[in-house]
Amino acid sequence: MNHKQDKVKSYRQPLSKSRRGFLGTTRNIGLAILGGLTWSAYVDEAKANKLLLRPPGALDESDFLKTCIKCGLCVDACRNRDGNVIFDNKGQRIGTKDPTLRLAAPGDNKPLGTPFFIARENPCFMCDDIPCVPACPSGALDLLSVTNKKTKKLDVNMAKMGLAVVHKESCIAYWGLQCDACYRACPLLGKALTIDMQMNKRTGKHAFLLPVVHSDICTGCGLCEKACVVEKAAIFVLPREFAMGRVGTHYVKGWDKKDQQRVGEAQSIHTVTKRSEKRAIDKLNNLGGLLDE
Amino acid sequence: MNNVRFLIARRVVQITIILLYFGANYYGWKMLAGNLSSSLILGTIPLSDPYAVLQMFVAGAAISSNILIGAVIIFLFYAIFGGRAFCSWVCPVNIITDAANWTRRKFGFDMVAKKQPSTRNLRYWVLLISLIISFFLGLAAFEFISPISMIHRGIIFGMGFGWAAMVILYLFDLFVLKNGWCGHICPLGGFYSIIGKFRLLKVRHDSVACTGCMKCKVVCPESQVLHMIDKVSIPVTSGECTNCGRCIDVCEDNALGFFLKVDNNNKKGEINNEKNE
Amino acid sequence: MSLSRRDFLKSTAAASAAAAVGISIPDDVQAAANATQDKWRWDKAACRFCGTGCGIMLATKGEGKNRKIVAVKGDPAAPVNRGLNCIKGYFNAKIMYGADRLTTPLLRMNDKGEFDKHGRFAPVSWKRAFDEMESHIRYALKKNGPEAVAVFGSGQYTIMEGYAAQKMMKGGFRSNAIDPNARHCMASAVVGFYQTFGIDEPSGCYDDIELTDTIIAWGSNMAEMHPILWSRCTDRKLSNPDRVKVVSIQTYTHRTCDLADDTIIFRPQTDLLLWNYVAREIVYNHPEAIDWDFIKKHIVFTAGPVNIGYGMRRAGEPSLKAGRYDAKEMQTIKKEMSKKVGSREAPALAPYGYKEGDVMKNTGGTLKHWHISFEEYKKSLEPYTLDYVAKVAKGDPDESLDSYKAKLKRLASYYVEKGRKVVSFWTMGMNQHTRGTWVNTLSYNAHFLVNKQAKPGNGAYSLTGQPSACGTAREVGTFCHRLPADMMVKSAKHRKITESGWHIPHGTLNPVGNQHIIKIHRDIEDRFVKFAWVNVCNAYQDSASAKHWLKAAREIDDFFLVTSDGYPGISAMVSDLVLPSAMIYEKWGAYGNAERRSQHWRQQVLPVGDSMSDTWQWVELSKRFTVDDLWGPYTLRNGKKLADVRGAARAMGYSGNSTMFDVLFANDRAKAFKADRVNDPIQRGYDDSEVFGDERNVVGSDGKVFKGYGFFIHKYLWEEYADFGRGHGHDLAPFDVYHRVRGLRWPVVNGKETLWRFNGEYDPYVKHYAGPDADFAFYGPLAKNLLQGNLRGPDKSLGKKALKNKAKIFARPYMDPPEMPDTEYDTWLCTGRVLEHWHSGTMTMRVPELFRAVPEALCYMNPKDADKKGLKRGELAWVESRRGKVKARVETRGRNRPPRGLVFIPWFDEKILINKVCLDATCPMSKQTDYKKCAVKIYKV
Repeated sequence: MNHKQDKVKSYRQPLSKSRRGFLGTTRNIGLAILGGLTWSAYVDEAKANKLLLRPPGALDESDFLKTCIKCGLCVDACRNRDGNVIFDNKGQRIGTKDPTLRLAAPGDNKPLGTPFFIARENPCFMCDDIPCVPACPSGALDLLSVTNKKTKKLDVNMAKMGLAVVHKESCIAYWGLQCDACYRACPLLGKALTIDMQMNKRTGKHAFLLPVVHSDICTGCGLCEKACVVEKAAIFVLPREFAMGRVGTHYVKGWDKKDQQRVGEAQSIHTVTKRSEKRAIDKLNNLGGLLDE
Repeated sequence: MNNVRFLIARRVVQITIILLYFGANYYGWKMLAGNLSSSLILGTIPLSDPYAVLQMFVAGAAISSNILIGAVIIFLFYAIFGGRAFCSWVCPVNIITDAANWTRRKFGFDMVAKKQPSTRNLRYWVLLISLIISFFLGLAAFEFISPISMIHRGIIFGMGFGWAAMVILYLFDLFVLKNGWCGHICPLGGFYSIIGKFRLLKVRHDSVACTGCMKCKVVCPESQVLHMIDKVSIPVTSGECTNCGRCIDVCEDNALGFFLKVDNNNKKGEINNEKNE
Repeated sequence: MSLSRRDFLKSTAAASAAAAVGISIPDDVQAAANATQDKWRWDKAACRFCGTGCGIMLATKGEGKNRKIVAVKGDPAAPVNRGLNCIKGYFNAKIMYGADRLTTPLLRMNDKGEFDKHGRFAPVSWKRAFDEMESHIRYALKKNGPEAVAVFGSGQYTIMEGYAAQKMMKGGFRSNAIDPNARHCMASAVVGFYQTFGIDEPSGCYDDIELTDTIIAWGSNMAEMHPILWSRCTDRKLSNPDRVKVVSIQTYTHRTCDLADDTIIFRPQTDLLLWNYVAREIVYNHPEAIDWDFIKKHIVFTAGPVNIGYGMRRAGEPSLKAGRYDAKEMQTIKKEMSKKVGSREAPALAPYGYKEGDVMKNTGGTLKHWHISFEEYKKSLEPYTLDYVAKVAKGDPDESLDSYKAKLKRLASYYVEKGRKVVSFWTMGMNQHTRGTWVNTLSYNAHFLVNKQAKPGNGAYSLTGQPSACGTAREVGTFCHRLPADMMVKSAKHRKITESGWHIPHGTLNPVGNQHIIKIHRDIEDRFVKFAWVNVCNAYQDSASAKHWLKAAREIDDFFLVTSDGYPGISAMVSDLVLPSAMIYEKWGAYGNAERRSQHWRQQVLPVGDSMSDTWQWVELSKRFTVDDLWGPYTLRNGKKLADVRGAARAMGYSGNSTMFDVLFANDRAKAFKADRVNDPIQRGYDDSEVFGDERNVVGSDGKVFKGYGFFIHKYLWEEYADFGRGHGHDLAPFDVYHRVRGLRWPVVNGKETLWRFNGEYDPYVKHYAGPDADFAFYGPLAKNLLQGNLRGPDKSLGKKALKNKAKIFARPYMDPPEMPDTEYDTWLCTGRVLEHWHSGTMTMRVPELFRAVPEALCYMNPKDADKKGLKRGELAWVESRRGKVKARVETRGRNRPPRGLVFIPWFDEKILINKVCLDATCPMSKQTDYKKCAVKIYKV
């Protein structure tokens, strides 16, 4: 009992100034660590959401997140681009249509304040003058990546915003229906998106007209996704790193000289597997159970 | 009218800036495009948030020359002239926290919890942590949670759930911590407090004229900077002063006023001070 | 007539196609019903959209008022499409359930509830609607006679609707001012058929696609406009890629060119040159390819006048005198009266006695033509050397002349090559043409010379745009100049046959049938037509020089315009009265497609709101007029008299008070078709709002709940109409048969359909008309007795020569169109459609999926032109002609890629009313508007 009372009493004793300062600082540091960790966890989580489409010329996602200052000048440019502004018959500006680009707001579940677009709702129209890219003050949208090296002119065909992917089972063209809505909507039709024609054995007299995307040309503008007539688009744009595989350097096309250039950065080879992890001499010196019955 | 002169002036400036940004987006105006993170005046002069740029730098981003120039312009403007004026003259959150403060005074919430549970130095810790996180996660950490840009961007580019940030700030300042956001936590405020230390634009105090009514300390969101009131005639030197001018507005004795310290010889405030000693 | 499945199999070359024909519906429906839960009812129907004629299946669910279409699928048993549709086809149900569907009649009224031309639309009863129509029709009849009552009809009418409309118009009102929008789409093909074969409709069928070696698309974007047929063409190409050649001959590059071995881009209007070049190659350079046996037996050579103008307004017409056309417009219109022979056309016109700079006095359109010798024909071909044709026809300035010449040579070689089968398809490119009839006849020349016409896998083949352009507009005869089954209002004999068939007095029918669609518009603007009714079309969006017609509709105080539609389109907007029409599967119906296939369907659901079918609207209107009201004497505009036939009517047993309803629709013959929902397997289980009324209890035209006519009116209309064609090469099967099969290609003789007409192996009428040994007989009866002469004219002294069972090869030169790009209006404008939208978009723009896919009409333009004009892709630009301007968004990429100097803008978008810009010049013979070329300038907004 007494002991306890003492303790209570001691709490009530005024703290010395230095001790008070020390505790205050500790508390602040504690709070700071708590807040800092929570904050880090949140930001790390937020930046992990990479399934979103960036404007043309965007740096790769981690550099983009570093570099983008979230000023929205690209969105300004997109909203006020030629063709998005609505004029009355006298040529007076009366408004704009919704721009393709948006800045992520709370609730979008995207890294806050960064520009993105949703292809199904409002795809990139691939403006020839790509107004959003020169507007970027920070270089997060890289002018060089969409500038033709020879002509020194902007070339939106060089943009790589994403890659269109076809989900065959929900694509009605694979049922044999005459659709090609995506193909007709493609600004690079015949190049980024081609039609693979196959005979329809079931009807005996019609043809399948199947959309095929070519990743080397497709810019990921999303006009195909917008045009798709099924309920949830069967052709949709994913960020390129999600939509593409990578062969690696160990398969090389023997018949294609260019393919050797692809593996030009191959490293000297050293491999380890469970089987090879022991030194050869150790393995040879250990018969293990080899001679067991 | 006299006692809300600067208040009105500040609101006019704050709203005008937002309107210009909004107009740039929706009407294609060229005057001031972008937002507070980075913008462009008349399509030529870049402006950037130096604190955001500092975080980007720490995060390892390559800083473009436009951004750098913009950040230097803003940095110099506030470091040399305005001090923490950004907080009271530009920042849209100021309108919300001022409203919370006003509500507090009006309904007497101040009386309920007089003791402030936190130190105003917290913001410098937050500032430091933001830089650490930026470094380790490789992105401008505060920009991902900043309610300032959330609200500001929201007004210009679309709000989403950004209105929730507004409500949270208001309620936080109203019920949890007086001047909680702007006075305690906001690292941007902390940043400007540091760089604004040697600003030219300051509030002077004339302790002779002062009647000690303490109205200024009641309205001041950073009342610790007014420690000299009714004591000595020195100017407000703390970087934490936001140059909002509320104290000047409410002072009925002409004991407070802005002054510009153009050169070191004209130490108006100090002269008063000496005279009174 | 009995239907035997074995017969079908025997009669067709492609057995697979016919196998499906005999499958009877009830089994199928039964199977489908068993397979599905929830009491779904599957039934077959034809697609609402293009002329391909795909079969669809509709699933409905619910009872009575609540029965709704819940699913649509392609009909796997339909021979045309085998269960496949294009993307539009699947929205056949969605088009009926748009948010702004019209549900009640709407009348422009003032505050007092009186009709007011300048009032606002407000709902009225059906009774009030018919009261207004009646009084305005009476006014029009009194003011200017029957020609002042006009109807804008449709190639989308069901066969019964079209028949009812024309019966009331021509038999009741004695007005021939009913003309379908098919005038805009098929008229040139029709006149081409008449002139060449003497009878309408194509000789081939879709089986040609599977049987041919060469598919040549002339001025037709089949890939977008006939997707299912194009799919069949693609399949054919894939089946033997080296042998099967595809050529796309167009004024700009589009979807159809993707499959083509050669794409030939030509300067607008110069398809006339290309066809003549092919013929010249045959006649001059490959005479061995000519099948002289065939030619001598079956072909004659003919020519007609060339100074026939361009079907524009002619000097002296009231609106020209009244100055309603400004100086700019007159620059073009004055060429209707006379024109200077230009440098491009001069070589082609030389054999006809014209040289460059001559002034050609135009006489206005005429169908006149006469025999010429083969030598004369050969002379007419002389100018079309490869050099001349390539130079004038090359449409892409960026293509080399050598490459172009090589393509033209290859093109000709396909026609020449022995044993190579060739099908030449075309659609609007050759029909919407100021020399549409000419270019249509030219197509048959090349095929006839080498005997590649009317044979499996061979033939020039006109594809229709609309689902029943053939079945209704043409065969039923809803054109101003036609009567059912290819009969003509001009012919006293035909009128008499029709009057007998309709049991109306001889002399009732009006012999003057010249009010084609554009003429009706012009008559309205001339203050002559006082009442007009828009049926199943959008006459105020689909007609060129639209500004004039829109203005006339709103500005003439005593002109009353009625529009029947499912949705508020442009025509409804400028109307005085709007009537809500039952849409496609809310009524019984039948369509006839481009391979002469007739397909029927039943009413699947009750109409939305108080909508009623167009048939009902016509029949109800007929109740308002009696024998005495309509059949008195009239003096026509041209001074001719229409006889007073009231006495004759009384002699036939009618009274003066007999209504047109009693005479035309509810007569004893009609009542013999029993309404029977119990025992008749066709009617059992299905609604029929016209016959029985329905549980919506719509208050009808007499202010009482409409309880139905009580007889099977659809079957009556079908059978009475079909009787006109039976035994005359237009034979249709009995009504009930069509409800058991997936359509039949007429003539259906002894239960057998006909795949290739005029060919003795397939067409029973060949033997009927030309004897048992005949291999071919072009038995059409029209214009089969002609004068003789040379290219410059007939020589009456030589007398007439008959050409029974023969077809004609026409000498027809290249001529410039009336409006070509010049320094101010420097660009060709071509209009057309896109796959996603049907016609004026009234239905498809209300389908969210289609709207999303293509929300607005774009101005497709060459990127170099855009650069030169300072226009950016995606930017709005003014497209301005001498007649008007619209704003459209510039597109320099994508599906349509015009050469420099040409832009393409589709017309589906009412916000981009491109017909304000287009010129209402027509083929002076067919009166079909040329929507494919006029001159515009394009500049920044």
